[in-house]
Amino acid sequence: MGWISPFKLNQLGMLNMNRRNVDYIARYNSRASYPLVDNKLKTKLVVAEYDVRTPRLLQVVRQQHEIPHFRQIADDLTGFAIKPAKGSGGKGITVITGRDGDEYIKASGARVPSAYLERHLSNILAGLYSLAGTPDVAVVENLVESIPGLARYSYQGVPDIRIVVFQGYPVMAMLRLATKASDGKANLHQGAVGVGLNIANGHGLNAVQFNRPILLHPDTGLALENIVIDDWQEMLVMASRCYEATGLGYMGVDLVVDVNEGPLLLELNARPGLAIQMANGRGLLPRLRQIEAIRKPHFTPEERAAFAMETFASSI
Amino acid sequence: MTSRSRIPFYFAILLLIAAGISIAVWRHVELRIPWFTGEQQPVWMVEARIDFTGTGEPVLASMNIPDQPPGFRIISEQAASPGYGFSIVEDSGERRAEWSKRDVSGAQTLYFKVQLVPDEQIQPDRPRQQPKPEPAFWEEPQATAVEELLQQAAARSSTPESMTRELIKLLQPDSSAQNTTLLVSNDNYINLLNRMLNHAGIPARTADGLALEDARRRQQLRPFLQIYDGNKWLTFNPRTAEQGLPENVLLWRQAATSLLDVVGGDDSEVSFSMLRQTVPALQLAQAQSAENGLGFLSLYQLPIEEQGMFRMLLLLPLGALVVAFMRIVVGIRTSGTFMPILIAVAFVQTTLIPGLIAFVSVVAIGLLMRGYLSSLNLLLVSRISALIILVIFITAGLSIVGYQMGFNTGMTVTFFPMVIIAWTIERMSILWEEEGAREVFVQGAGSLFVAVCAFLLMSAPLAEHLTFNFPELHFVVLGLILLMGQYTGYKLSELRRFHPMKAYD
Repeated sequence: MGWISPFKLNQLGMLNMNRRNVDYIARYNSRASYPLVDNKLKTKLVVAEYDVRTPRLLQVVRQQHEIPHFRQIADDLTGFAIKPAKGSGGKGITVITGRDGDEYIKASGARVPSAYLERHLSNILAGLYSLAGTPDVAVVENLVESIPGLARYSYQGVPDIRIVVFQGYPVMAMLRLATKASDGKANLHQGAVGVGLNIANGHGLNAVQFNRPILLHPDTGLALENIVIDDWQEMLVMASRCYEATGLGYMGVDLVVDVNEGPLLLELNARPGLAIQMANGRGLLPRLRQIEAIRKPHFTPEERAAFAMETFASSI
Repeated sequence: MTSRSRIPFYFAILLLIAAGISIAVWRHVELRIPWFTGEQQPVWMVEARIDFTGTGEPVLASMNIPDQPPGFRIISEQAASPGYGFSIVEDSGERRAEWSKRDVSGAQTLYFKVQLVPDEQIQPDRPRQQPKPEPAFWEEPQATAVEELLQQAAARSSTPESMTRELIKLLQPDSSAQNTTLLVSNDNYINLLNRMLNHAGIPARTADGLALEDARRRQQLRPFLQIYDGNKWLTFNPRTAEQGLPENVLLWRQAATSLLDVVGGDDSEVSFSMLRQTVPALQLAQAQSAENGLGFLSLYQLPIEEQGMFRMLLLLPLGALVVAFMRIVVGIRTSGTFMPILIAVAFVQTTLIPGLIAFVSVVAIGLLMRGYLSSLNLLLVSRISALIILVIFITAGLSIVGYQMGFNTGMTVTFFPMVIIAWTIERMSILWEEEGAREVFVQGAGSLFVAVCAFLLMSAPLAEHLTFNFPELHFVVLGLILLMGQYTGYKLSELRRFHPMKAYD
């Protein structure tokens, strides 16, 4: 149990929720662009035009009556993920890694009957996981297989990389690793491990779980500070491209590295959380202000990524 | 990107808050709506009793009644006189109560009651016609005496007021003026004074005042002298020359020539009794809002049923203020943004402890039943619908069980909004599955805490009084909520959430 004084937080440049909402989200994110990121299906289509790849779309379930047919189609599939198109915070995502007779094997290893999946699909369509409870569609995507170099750090689940992109410049990044506590999910508030990444080179900086600094992954026991992300510059450029695709000035870009297809965009978030600051051990505000102070913006994603790698070399 | 100037915004907020407060102050002053509940205001109840003997002829009794008495505001007037026709007539600037009856014989008693509130601000209007001194005629030797006295008084004075004061002094028996004894006899004193002033060119008249003392009966009117200074009538004590009306003296008769005229009756006389009462200031203000020009701005004109509705509705902004504060500044997580307000409103009806018990038990039972529903594999809409029906069953069950066990409070469960409770149960159940029981308790406790805070504010008698009687104060609430919408500082909860950052300092 501890408290920190607001002056100290300010000194550390910690972005807080109210300021994020008023000064960044409300100011830089146009309302009209929200549907692009709040709907995974739309996101997939729009970023494809900017050469940002996403997991392969297998099927879209739009109507209740399509659900009984889902099983026949799913017969051919081994691994897939069912996602509500308008879901947020990873809610309603079910990952199936394989089959065992009539039952499906979830990422956690649990076996579920096909009725479970049908109920899940029906919940998605009714809008249980959608942002405003509006009717939704279910997106079925190819299962992402993480590269072993990263996957070994995570307890089940696929490690993903969150990059906060401000006006097209990647400003902060972290790797999210699932734990037993987070039930294989990569959500920090559920107990996933967040590893801050140096924007300059993709090296691990610092790791937290439940907002507490840690050195080793609680389940896999691996030291977290040695993590290095390959193809780092390519990932930053990909994240940067999403700015052109959506026009959102302040967003979170979630990437995964697939063993076959390389870096893929998982989803975009118009309201990225604040926990990334804890994982990096530094506040976002100085970096955001530095970007705001740029007089002559860089026009290409490559230039912006390069600028960010040079400027935010974990010095500030 | 430079930050947009927020000065116009803050200026608008300031204007909004200032407007709210100033309208409230204005209405407080104009309509005398009290700031606090239970504020009492003294009211004088004065009863005039007219006695006369009927002679078997038609009777018309006409009595002068107060018309804008200085220092008093008339709230109500009524007459009690069985068998008589009654009306209040206004004739050439004087108000008279008139009773009439065809056959009258024997002793008769008529009553006229008036309720008055002391109010310093009330002054009579300027007379429409400038009063003129009435010429007076004197015979010798009085004429010489009058002239001499007036000359003496005039020599010692400069204004009509001082002239009046000096003349009154000269007319006192102990004064050295010899002419006084010639003129003054006991029963004509005030009349003489009046005529002499008129003769000197000062418009003067006599008025009758009533000294108000609690629980006095059979009181008579006392004469006062009034002179016109060119702007208004000034009142003098005819014996002491003291200027101004003593406190608690009601000028019953001012402009009228006579106090009481009875046609068709003998031995008529008037006596007064009075009583000091206190009434709630709010009741007084409500009673008068209709007469006042500002009255249309208040809710008192609405039918009582709608007023009751508004009493409740106007409390909601306070709840919204609490929710905004708790979420923006404190950072308490609640399940559903405004669910706590609705719960708080229900608490206002049920009172706190029974409401809390009822709410928690309905939600707990609902969560258990929802567990079964989720295994039925239903569509969301029908699941919620089923849940609504179950919630109604639960409340009915609780009411019946509570009633049979002798707790009437059990029935207050019905005040909870069923649909909201059903949604709350659904959300909590999903939350339970996805985030675990801890989050359910955090959000549930957060919601209840905010609801209790909102309830405590909304159920404060002062809050209800101010929101209903000064609806314009909601501008202030609105301004505060808008201001909070611009709050970009740290929430209280973030000071805890981010405390591990100390390590990186």
